[in-house]
Amino acid sequence: MKLTLRIWRQAGPAEPGRMVAYEVPDANPDMSFLELLDVLNERLTLEGEDPVTFDHDCREGICGSCGVVINGQAHGPRALTTTCQLHVRSFSDGDVIDIEPWRSVAFGVLKDLMVDRSGLDRIIQAGGYISAPTGSAPEAHSTPVPKPIADTAFDNATCIGCGACVAACPNGSAMLFTSAKVAHLNSLPQGAPERASRVLNLVEAMDAEGFGGCTNTGECTNACPKGIPMDSIATLNREYLRASLGRK
Amino acid sequence: MNFWRSTIGKKTVMAVTGLLMLLFLIVHMLGNLKIFFGRTDFDHYAHWLRTIGNPVLHESWYLWIQRFVLVVAVVLHAVSAYQLSRRDLKARPTKYSHHQRAKAGYATHIMRYGGITLALFIVYHILDFTTLTLNRHGVDGAAYDNVVSSFSVWWVTAIYIAAMICLGLHIQHGFWSAAQTLGYNRPSRDRAFKGVATGLAVLLTVGFLIVPVSVLAGLVD
Repeated sequence: MKLTLRIWRQAGPAEPGRMVAYEVPDANPDMSFLELLDVLNERLTLEGEDPVTFDHDCREGICGSCGVVINGQAHGPRALTTTCQLHVRSFSDGDVIDIEPWRSVAFGVLKDLMVDRSGLDRIIQAGGYISAPTGSAPEAHSTPVPKPIADTAFDNATCIGCGACVAACPNGSAMLFTSAKVAHLNSLPQGAPERASRVLNLVEAMDAEGFGGCTNTGECTNACPKGIPMDSIATLNREYLRASLGRK
Repeated sequence: MNFWRSTIGKKTVMAVTGLLMLLFLIVHMLGNLKIFFGRTDFDHYAHWLRTIGNPVLHESWYLWIQRFVLVVAVVLHAVSAYQLSRRDLKARPTKYSHHQRAKAGYATHIMRYGGITLALFIVYHILDFTTLTLNRHGVDGAAYDNVVSSFSVWWVTAIYIAAMICLGLHIQHGFWSAAQTLGYNRPSRDRAFKGVATGLAVLLTVGFLIVPVSVLAGLVD
């Protein structure tokens, strides 16, 4: 397959960037999207050019490291799929593919397609945890959790923190990410002691990072490779109101 | 104050004030329909509005209380929207060079411009029928004739049609969005909230427009 990749090239955080077109004449349909970039980078390296910088780690869709905007869509055209799990066969011979970094004022571009997502880490630090005694694990049956609640918590725990929700949101909002932490931990008995302080601290940290607010457009859940639903945002709002009104 | 400073706090203010205005609009729309019972009935209804709460409240006091509450609601709604929008636009300064395919519908897309349009319309509407400044008939107490004189002009009716379509779109996204913001929405209720939002949008748009269109068509004169 012959593909044309138009990639955002930016030498550093303060440097100006631009879209640069590269031909990849020998793309294999079975390659993953990141392997496509690897092939391009090998050629660029051999030609003495600067290879395209992009984040990646597990390449199994579970670490949340990779993520670029492909043809205007975070993680590309396939639903519930991270960039690393997207394959070249999702495109057609002769396609021109636009590849851009996540765009948000809270995610500064470090180089090319790599952005600084440490804002999400700081949100996690503000409340994405539970207090548990260290040492031996407690007996699981001593804290029964109804199955529907366990399912909700687990569904939200699948968030990999890739930042696609922020990238897709027209307001650069991190509400879906933050809501996944709240819907995960606030629904479980293990998270109950910090139920109010968690949501207040998470939202304060989220706002402090400069992320936009939620206008309920639903672009985030559409882009989320883990399918975190809009319902989680309703849960975050509910928990925030509950905590703000002082109900413990 | 932390609550007001937070994005979710401002959204909550928008949701509550929005619902308050929606409640007013439903009553307003139903009251308008009294015009189909004739001049005497409609003018009597218009006069009665000034006597609500009598004799505990003096003439027009209830109306002034309601106006005060509505103005506070509009101002809080608009200030929150302005502050949130500024923040939102600042949070995404760089657009993607490849156009994003939007999942959200037109009603969601048009919220900000629709809201500004509605704010301008409210000013025009008050100058038309409350202060009677722009009203062609403009006689205090002659509500029926004032309505007919305005809507007999095609472009006045056209302005109202455009504004009420904006209103319908605003409510269609706004009502569901309020349910989401106030945390009342659940997966099991999502369809119901979206259905009620669309129902309210259609009901209010049609209910408000039936009066000017009837006047222009000569059904009310």
